Amino acid sequence: MANKATAQPLSVKFLAISFLMFWLVLAAFPFIWTLWGSFKVEGDFFSKANWANALFGGLTQKETGGSFTGDGYYGAFVEEEFWRAALNSFIVCFFVVTISLTFGTLGGYALSRSTHRYAFWFLLFALIFRAMPPITLVSGYLLPFYEYNLWGRLSTTIIVLVAINQPFTLWMLHAFFKNIPKDLDESAMVDGCTRFQAFRHVIIPVMWPGVITTGLFSFLLAYNDFAVTSMLLSKDNQTMVPKLASFLGTTQTKGNVMFAVAAVVSITAPLFVMVMVFQRQIVSGLTAGAVKG
Amino acid sequence: MKHSTFFWFVLPSAFLMLLFIALPVASVVTQSMYTAHEQVLVTVENCGPFGCKPVTSIDQEATKALNADKPLGKWAGLDIYKDRNHLAFSEVGSAWVNADGLPDFGKTLMNLPFYKAMAFTLTYTFIVTPLTIIFGFFIAVAVNSVAKALKGPTIFLTLLPFIVTPLVGSLIIFWMVDARGILGTGLQWLANNPDLSVKASTPLMWIMLMFYGIWHAAPFAFVVFYAGLQTVNSESLEAAMIDGANRWERIRYVVIPHLFPLVTFVALIQLMDNFRVFEPIVSFSAQAHATSLSYAIFNDLGGETRLLSSAAATSVLTIIGIAILLSPVLIRTYRDFSKPS
Repeated sequence: MANKATAQPLSVKFLAISFLMFWLVLAAFPFIWTLWGSFKVEGDFFSKANWANALFGGLTQKETGGSFTGDGYYGAFVEEEFWRAALNSFIVCFFVVTISLTFGTLGGYALSRSTHRYAFWFLLFALIFRAMPPITLVSGYLLPFYEYNLWGRLSTTIIVLVAINQPFTLWMLHAFFKNIPKDLDESAMVDGCTRFQAFRHVIIPVMWPGVITTGLFSFLLAYNDFAVTSMLLSKDNQTMVPKLASFLGTTQTKGNVMFAVAAVVSITAPLFVMVMVFQRQIVSGLTAGAVKG
Repeated sequence: MKHSTFFWFVLPSAFLMLLFIALPVASVVTQSMYTAHEQVLVTVENCGPFGCKPVTSIDQEATKALNADKPLGKWAGLDIYKDRNHLAFSEVGSAWVNADGLPDFGKTLMNLPFYKAMAFTLTYTFIVTPLTIIFGFFIAVAVNSVAKALKGPTIFLTLLPFIVTPLVGSLIIFWMVDARGILGTGLQWLANNPDLSVKASTPLMWIMLMFYGIWHAAPFAFVVFYAGLQTVNSESLEAAMIDGANRWERIRYVVIPHLFPLVTFVALIQLMDNFRVFEPIVSFSAQAHATSLSYAIFNDLGGETRLLSSAAATSVLTIIGIAILLSPVLIRTYRDFSKPS
């Protein structure tokens, strides 16, 4: 209901809307531009002579005969085997999310139900761990991983990402479980369940909204990571983001920036779909920590 | 909850965090006090037809054996912290004595890798964090005032810069401001200078990196403030209006105090994340103009020779920096908890 206190004069409304327009162009235009440009040749994507070339693809027409070309994608996926990186990304994300959530729900539940002081200290340490940049930890991993021959494998990276992810997962699920009334599992325990049975039969059926939200953020962390994956994976096992970075080093000199552009679009596309489907969960997840204060 | 039950429930997470976060920190601290072995040299008499000459050469096998035997390297104490690539005590000392006034001292300091990285990291953190908060707040206010049907798509578009992989997002921006890209050409046209290039100019590079930082993080601040705006009590707003408060006063005395706890939350998260600024520097290939602490570690670890000890020392200094930055927050959290409620 619009009331007088929240009603806005026309001038304020105009100002707000023009600012919003400006921001939306700023937020969305780079993605649209890159998506469009990824189907052109390099001379059009970077067009010194005339920016309209990037729109209509003058050079693309000359070089390939059509206004659009899939050469960048062909080069990246077939010649440079980007599909392998995509597959690795999928494996890493899948396992990181599943393991993080399994461990996180157990820990988060216990932290939300314990009234002892050490639960607080546990959370405080998790917060400190959350603050540490992952790259500082990487320099601690390398030597032991070389020694025990663990370096370069997908499994090692998965476990490391799960561990780095745990502080955040614990905080989020802890906040979520706090909102589930204690009476629920305690009454199950009065009826003779053990703590684990109460968790299994009473809490698990009602925890899915929180778990899905937390899972989305675990996925994002694993998918977007560059510091850990670029340092701990061997060349064959690279996921998409470090593979993209390697395009920048090698192929840029060969004049194949378009491989990198195609890779950029391929990495962004699944995220687009994810935001579209799970927008509500992402918004609620981002605010979960804040509302708790 | 019983102690033993609690223990079993948190065991998997606790074990992982201990093994992969706490232990590596200990390992980093240890590593930072060792330095790589020098190569083992042997001197042999090399006798030819014209007499014998002593020849010094590297004993590859002995070097290998030494490395395998003591992979950490040899004990160096705090030497690595003091060398030119880190705190550079002697260089700073002589610069202080020889410097021709403060600006000159600052210039010398900026030539030392650690101080250069520190300067950028701190500037970035303390410029991007407040601007993100302000910008996010304005977006939230603006979105709050559009029609309901438009809110969904608006929020979708707004979230994009935040959700997209930082390395990818910064690359997209970088390609656009490249001298041949659309924004880069636009800038040249605006400045009427065909040689203008972001890649070649330190100030422009810093501005672009910070612009990227705000572009990337503003949606996060927006979402938090937007959620906060939904819970502003409309009765207090009406009461304030009856008391004669104008639009600005209502925002200043009702809305902003309501959002204030959220500002601390966003500031905390942003301080943590901006202090680790890393990916945009890789994407922008900005290392000649701006490096951050995280980038310095990455640079030491990558490449042909992995400078583990040097990276470890920078890591320890970074962790100390984070601890100093966050200590007020941690102390407050602790006090809040200790307060009898």
